[in-house]
Amino acid sequence: MFLIVEARFLAPDVKLLRVQAPLIARKRKAGQFVILRVHDHGERIPLTIADSDPVAGTITIVVQGVGKTTKMLNLKSAGDSICDVVGPLGLPSHVEKFGTVVVIGGGLGTAIAYPTAKAFRQADNHVISIIGGRNRQFVILEEEVRAISNELFVTTDDGSYAEKGFVTDQLAALIAAGRKLDLVLAIGPIPMMRAVAEVTRPHGIKTVVSLNPIMVDGTGMCGGCRVIVGGKPQFACVDGPEFDAHQVDFQILIQRNAMYRDMERKALDQLLQPPAPAVSAGKDAQCPDGDPCRFVEKVPELAGVWKTGA
Amino acid sequence: MHNPIPPKERMKIHRQLMPEQPPLERARNFVEVNRGLDVALAQEEARRCLTCKTQHCFSACPVGVQVRDFIDLVVAGDYLGAAAKIREDNVLPAVTGRVCPQEKQCEGSCILSARGESVAIGYLERFVADYERSVGKVGLPARAPLTGKKVAVVGSGPAGLSCAGDLVLKGHDVTVLEALHEIGGVLVYGIPEFRLPKQIVRDEVENLRLMGVEFRTNVVVGRTVTVDELLGEEGYHAVFVATGAGLPMFLNIPGEHLCGVYSANEFLTRVNLMKANEFPAYDNPIYDCRGKDVAVFGAGNTAMDAVRTSLRLGAKCASIVYRRSEKEMPARAEEVHHAKDEGVQFQMLTNPLEFLGDEKGWLTGVRLQRMELGAPDKSGRRSPVAIEGSEHVLPIHVAIIAIGNKGNPLVQSTTPDLATTRNGYIVADAEKLKTSKPGVFAGGDIVTGGATVILAMGAGRKAAKAIHEYLQSGIW
Ligand SMILES: Cc1cc2nc3c(=O)[nH]c(=O)nc-3n(C[C@H](O)[C@H](O)[C@H](O)COP(=O)(O)OP(=O)(O)OC[C@H]3O[C@@H](n4cnc5c(N)ncnc54)[C@H](O)[C@@H]3O)c2cc1C
Ligand code: FES
Repeated sequence: MFLIVEARFLAPDVKLLRVQAPLIARKRKAGQFVILRVHDHGERIPLTIADSDPVAGTITIVVQGVGKTTKMLNLKSAGDSICDVVGPLGLPSHVEKFGTVVVIGGGLGTAIAYPTAKAFRQADNHVISIIGGRNRQFVILEEEVRAISNELFVTTDDGSYAEKGFVTDQLAALIAAGRKLDLVLAIGPIPMMRAVAEVTRPHGIKTVVSLNPIMVDGTGMCGGCRVIVGGKPQFACVDGPEFDAHQVDFQILIQRNAMYRDMERKALDQLLQPPAPAVSAGKDAQCPDGDPCRFVEKVPELAGVWKTGA
Repeated sequence: MHNPIPPKERMKIHRQLMPEQPPLERARNFVEVNRGLDVALAQEEARRCLTCKTQHCFSACPVGVQVRDFIDLVVAGDYLGAAAKIREDNVLPAVTGRVCPQEKQCEGSCILSARGESVAIGYLERFVADYERSVGKVGLPARAPLTGKKVAVVGSGPAGLSCAGDLVLKGHDVTVLEALHEIGGVLVYGIPEFRLPKQIVRDEVENLRLMGVEFRTNVVVGRTVTVDELLGEEGYHAVFVATGAGLPMFLNIPGEHLCGVYSANEFLTRVNLMKANEFPAYDNPIYDCRGKDVAVFGAGNTAMDAVRTSLRLGAKCASIVYRRSEKEMPARAEEVHHAKDEGVQFQMLTNPLEFLGDEKGWLTGVRLQRMELGAPDKSGRRSPVAIEGSEHVLPIHVAIIAIGNKGNPLVQSTTPDLATTRNGYIVADAEKLKTSKPGVFAGGDIVTGGATVILAMGAGRKAAKAIHEYLQSGIW
């Protein structure tokens, strides 16, 4: 059981959770992730570690509620716990002094890119951050990113805040202005990462993306996380999650990530439905004894969602 | 010896049949296929043993279970005594009685097997282990006085569990570190419920816990903590690495990225560990196999488990596709026989060339090629060669690759002074299981490559012995 010591929304449906996990906090480097299981009947999902505090023994994750598991995470408050958290997994970001580095975060991607941006800055790079979101509400961690950047650009798709447009527009503008860029790191929705790769490709600017395929174990045991990079399969959980953006087959990643879409929707619908007697003690009876992270016991917590009719 | 029947008469008794769920019924549920012998059947079977002086069964057992003697105790009706006799050499009898390839070991060497009907040693082993469990009297051995020495066991498969059990009895302080959220290794994530009920594994783990073994899940050695840290600041005096062969191999043919193509590890883990067969009561999904065509590539135990699991998930047609012939199939004989009874199709001497998909990236079929056995090579083995013009397409929705695993590199790659083989396995000497790094021992699939539960257990026991000696003498 992993205790949540802090929980707050950064944007609608985007929640920051600080979790007690001393072993992971001590070891974790920028770019690595954890796999967690919210409750005893839960699935295992990967989440990037946004920050860690080795002294307090905590790690920070930022979760966007899109499916059942992430929605359930977003219902957690300080004092609740998470059944299993394992990590830090994956290879750390490759950080050295490159020169001028552009770090691009789209939506939730900002939280994932933030630790690596910080590490780039600590390694004496000139860090240009470009963060964006659909609208004002989805621009997250702006102050944190500003604090570790030499330059910061903010965009919103609808122009409700800062510059109207996409993060790629800002990147293209920097290139057009003749800025010498040594490395671009882009993290966000797959279409955004693919777009960034296409902007930098003609200029031969080294570009790195962090991929988020479906995972199970996170240790290289299942191969479910395989992505195609340079025409070859790579296991994102052990060979990644960061890869050369110009080599990644984004189309295949999009297709593979859609594999369970129908079932994910079903699971989510069920979560959001008013409690029927179907969530019965019968199923519950099969759980290992007395584990307090069981779904059923969390049902009262969901009452809020049902009431608001989310 | 207790057997009252003269040897000549014993040979007239036929081998008892294992009661099992009817094939077509069981092919749609996850309940254990074999129901186990009852007392009467077990008695009848045990009386078939000729109590030979030269105990081939004993010599053929990788851990030297005293087969003749335990069977004699069965004849005497002392089932708990029989169980204790097995436990002297085998700490997981309820498991091995179900999953050992007996036909290649004890039963294969039984004098009676020459006449085609060896004593059903596996059935009897299972019988006494289940009897012991059912009366709730597992004779947990007493623990020696505490030594104050700490040992870390990395990985909780059969190798790790047996090593931990032996060491804790010697009075050492043993902690098992496991990457997953459940203890048991392949026994929980690989071998399906219908062959090895998970409750058995849980009970055995609980026994170890009662004996004093500490289990820590969610710890990936190499990531959460390294071997050097275990031996250093974490204060362990020795480490046993038993991380298994858990890195799935793929066919490396076009289309392997398509949705619907799984490694057997992923497919089985989703069902066994994550209970995807109970979705949505459990959150983890799996391809909805109902009414679909499934092909499994490979013919080992893993392949049989995967193909039979797909049937239980509702597959319309489930096939094994194997490039060699039936004779070479590495799976246990019983699994092949069960799979056939359940309606699994076997396409022998067939090789996959390419997976085909639709525009959305979903698997639609596989292009196959027929093979024939060529001239024997130097080792006398006849390799399959392609038959020209035999290419054809088999329409399938799900493909499961079960052609083997390699060693998981996480520990090796983060422990620089640990010597490995060309294939990435850890080098350890056969007797003491010592690696190139002082204080570190290794055994099970991570040393041998994918093998068997009983061999992994045997390795765990050998390691425990060597570790105990090392902890006492301090001499590497
Ligand atoms: C589907 C399937 C069916 C099989 N059927 C049979 C059968 O019928 N009969 C038979 O005899 N054999 C069978 N086998 C083979 C048998 O299961 C293995 O040989 C045996 O389990 C090996 O035991 P082990 O302890 O070496 O490793 P494993 O059982 O593989 O256990 C290794 C454990 O280490 C953990 N681990 C790995 N890396 C780390 C790390 N870095 N840190 C912490 N933990 C880690 C893993 O998560 C795993 O739990 C089967 C195998 C499979 C996959
Ligand atoms: S998540 Fe299973 S191998 Fe990467």
